[in-house]
Amino acid sequence: MSTATFRIWRGQGGQGQLEDYTTEISEGMVVLDAVHAVQADQANDLACRWNCKAGKCGSCSAEINGRPRLMCMTRLSDLDTNKPVTVEPLRTFPHVRDLVTDVSWNYRVKKRIRPFTPRLPDAADGTWRMQQADIDRVQEFRKCIECFLCQDVCHVLRDHAKHEEFIGPRFLVHVAALEMHPLDTLDRVPELREAYGVGYCNITKCCTTVCPENIKITDNAIIPLKERVVDRYYDPIRMLVRRLKGG
Amino acid sequence: MADIEEFEHDVLVIGAGGAGLRAAIGASEAGARVGLVCKSLLGKAHTVMAEGGVAAALAHVDDRDSWRVHFADTMRGGQYLNNWRMAELHAREAPDRVRELEAYGAVFDRTSDGRILQRNFGGHRYPRLAHVGDRTGLEMIRTLQDKAIHLAIDVHMEVTIVALLKDGERLSGAFAYDRERGRFRLFRTKALVLATGGVGRAYSITSNSWEYTADGQALAYDAGADLQDMEFVQFHPTGMIWPPSVRGILVTEGVRGEGGVLRNSEGRRFMFDDIPENYRNQTADTPEEGWSYTQGDKNARRPPELLTRDHVARCIMREVRAGRGSPHGGVFLDIAWIKEKLPNASEVIKKKLPSMYHQFKELADIDITKEAMEVGPTTHYMMGGIRVDGDTQMTNVPGLFAAGECAAGLHGANRLGGNSLSDLLVFGKRAGEHAAAFAASKGEARVDRGELDAIARKALAPFELGPGGEGPYHVQHDLQSMMQDLVGIVRREDEMRKALDGFEGLRERAAKAGVGGNREYNPGWHTAMDLGNLLAISEAITLSALERKESRGGHFRDDYPDKDAEAAKYNLVVRKGAGGEMKLSRVTIPPLPAELAAIIEEQKS
Ligand SMILES: Cc1cc2nc3c(=O)[nH]c(=O)nc-3n(C[C@H](O)[C@H](O)[C@H](O)COP(=O)(O)OP(=O)(O)OC[C@H]3O[C@@H](n4cnc5c(N)ncnc54)[C@H](O)[C@@H]3O)c2cc1C
Ligand code: SF4
Ligand code: SF4
Ligand code: FES
Repeated sequence: MSTATFRIWRGQGGQGQLEDYTTEISEGMVVLDAVHAVQADQANDLACRWNCKAGKCGSCSAEINGRPRLMCMTRLSDLDTNKPVTVEPLRTFPHVRDLVTDVSWNYRVKKRIRPFTPRLPDAADGTWRMQQADIDRVQEFRKCIECFLCQDVCHVLRDHAKHEEFIGPRFLVHVAALEMHPLDTLDRVPELREAYGVGYCNITKCCTTVCPENIKITDNAIIPLKERVVDRYYDPIRMLVRRLKGG
Repeated sequence: MADIEEFEHDVLVIGAGGAGLRAAIGASEAGARVGLVCKSLLGKAHTVMAEGGVAAALAHVDDRDSWRVHFADTMRGGQYLNNWRMAELHAREAPDRVRELEAYGAVFDRTSDGRILQRNFGGHRYPRLAHVGDRTGLEMIRTLQDKAIHLAIDVHMEVTIVALLKDGERLSGAFAYDRERGRFRLFRTKALVLATGGVGRAYSITSNSWEYTADGQALAYDAGADLQDMEFVQFHPTGMIWPPSVRGILVTEGVRGEGGVLRNSEGRRFMFDDIPENYRNQTADTPEEGWSYTQGDKNARRPPELLTRDHVARCIMREVRAGRGSPHGGVFLDIAWIKEKLPNASEVIKKKLPSMYHQFKELADIDITKEAMEVGPTTHYMMGGIRVDGDTQMTNVPGLFAAGECAAGLHGANRLGGNSLSDLLVFGKRAGEHAAAFAASKGEARVDRGELDAIARKALAPFELGPGGEGPYHVQHDLQSMMQDLVGIVRREDEMRKALDGFEGLRERAAKAGVGGNREYNPGWHTAMDLGNLLAISEAITLSALERKESRGGHFRDDYPDKDAEAAKYNLVVRKGAGGEMKLSRVTIPPLPAELAAIIEEQKS
């Protein structure tokens, strides 16, 4: 059996340092296994989040060798274990302890987004009819596991800290799922421009590259939302009509 | 004590999986002030992992389906130990609960005429599982979560309940710590719903997360509630077995529902070798008929791969023990073979089973559209749990309710796939509404402050022992291996007695578990505190399994391989005796009302 060294961020409230732990590794191991081994044998109080260990719950987000990833879906065989593997908490959120950050901002943002509001049922039995083709794109967005990796890499949040003005890629995906839901009746375009700050996104696509669910965040969610805003507010013909109507 | 933060609610719901969220919504819509507590972040509970679907007799794909067939399937699957009132309510109400989820915004896969699509699953006579590819649990939890956050519900995330409090006979509150700061909290409440899920972390090979440490069952037991059917632990036939670090992670039954077959190392499709008598009429005679069934042929019968989970798990064990297993000690599950039948098989597999495709690709480097998977049984679900009233979900402790996996009754000796998600919705709603009604009809319950100091002191003991004490993770691992080896899929008297002896030593070690560091986000400390729950409930499982001297459903005794007709007449109940000892008793199952008995007869053909 061989060993590898994991350089794990330890500390509290943003204060801390990287510490090296050497542990045995075996075939098929993922980074989360190594963190658990360290926790069991060397550092009982090493804080990390996880639930499913199968890429389904989005709890175990971290920065591995500087890249935002899920610890449970990062196989050691994909990393160079001859060098120490660094494991650090997400950078965009306030640090709590070790690998755990305070992601509560995301939950507050979600609450600000007006809920799903369906039209009245249209079938005789009191339900709705929808075609698979019409829900395919919504289903893509609903795959989101709320790992917040996209929020972590988005420079509008990470470098410019626009947490008040911009809801971030995760919630633009959420709004897109509502906007494109065949049953939903609300018009969210004004909020997209104002409260949600879709204009801050300059389509660098960093969010799309880290999404473990392979959601095409930028192309399929954000760009169509931007187009809706542009159509509404900046389309010259519409602007003219509005002016004539005095609106 | 000065450092206890206090909160007050009419109804406190513990657990934010499907059952807890639905209970909180139900109680809130009934007008109660609701608090919702969970150990992890919101939306991360076990329910998020559910894959295959939610069972409900909507009859969208096969109009022969109805609540009566669903009821009969559930009773047969549970080997008639089910609480028949719950089985009836569940079958009748599940369709409405699924439609309601759609009204909350869930987006299920569709039939060609635009309705909710349904798929085949083990033990269900007709295609019955409403689903979203193989991520139905995510759809369900996200939908309920998004609904709940817009209601007046106070959510307490990353907070763990360590004890329930009583005012005389009645439930009055709960004591907790918050993960982030490690501070204590007191919740006063008039009614409380436990929706804490299962016990899978008592075993080493499991599909369950760190949260499944039997908390709800242990809290209820300590508060004087009855536990029932604790011997019935479900081992899902198909967990991943290779590489070792992914051992136990679930491979959904949906794979078999879409046409996947099981083969041994000789390439033989061994499930045809042993078809139980009471399923013979409904099982295909030939592979061809089985395939037709998975493709929607209404005249075909289901393939033997879709027999109930207990049976499939045992057949797999038989192959492995007979030396016909796969290289890593399981068998082969093959969905790739359907390319012989379908020209676009690879696309179909990726569309119907996207997360399985992803999971094997990323974790095992296997492309399931080209190769077979290696699978073996994994600890998956707890049929037993807190004994509740079928209509209201109240336990024998007034004001204490339970719903979802931590409650017992609906599934009897073996749960059918898909019946858990519908259980959460049907009984989560009922528990929430009845808890709200209970709270509205009662005055304040008092909390005895004297108790709090003692609970807090016990909770902090691991810090006094410090890092030099027994390692909490090591104690947990040793308990898990003991349960896996001695009280696992195949059980024997002498082995279970050994386990019973083992508990004492483990309890002593757990009492000496020590941790370093401070109270803030300290998983070692949390693990040390969880040990008591895991140990108590593992002992209840072992005692009950020893007492049931027959094989039925999820409970298989090597020394009593047959069913005993007498044992079909009672449930085993565990309760805390006056001196703190664990007491076991047999409780006779009340006779089925004539109408329900007639349904079972009519569905037997
Ligand atoms: C991989 C997998 C696939 C599955 N697929 C299916 C399927 O296709 N169909 C189906 O019907 N079933 C399926 N199941 C089973 C089903 O998912 C579970 O039985 C069900 O989700 C349990 O829901 P619950 O609401 O009872 O509990 P959970 O969703 O587990 O929620 C429990 C909650 O209780 C909280 N909690 C626990 N203890 C405490 C405490 N002490 N203090 C505070 N909070 C606490 C937890 O934090 C959590 O929020 C599957 C299970 C697994 C593991
Ligand atoms: S594409 Fe937009 S949302 Fe995504 S990372 Fe770039 S700026 Fe942020
Ligand atoms: S959109 Fe993708 S990266 Fe962002 S939170 Fe969802 S799953 Fe994670
Ligand atoms: S533990 Fe659930 S995504 Fe990693």
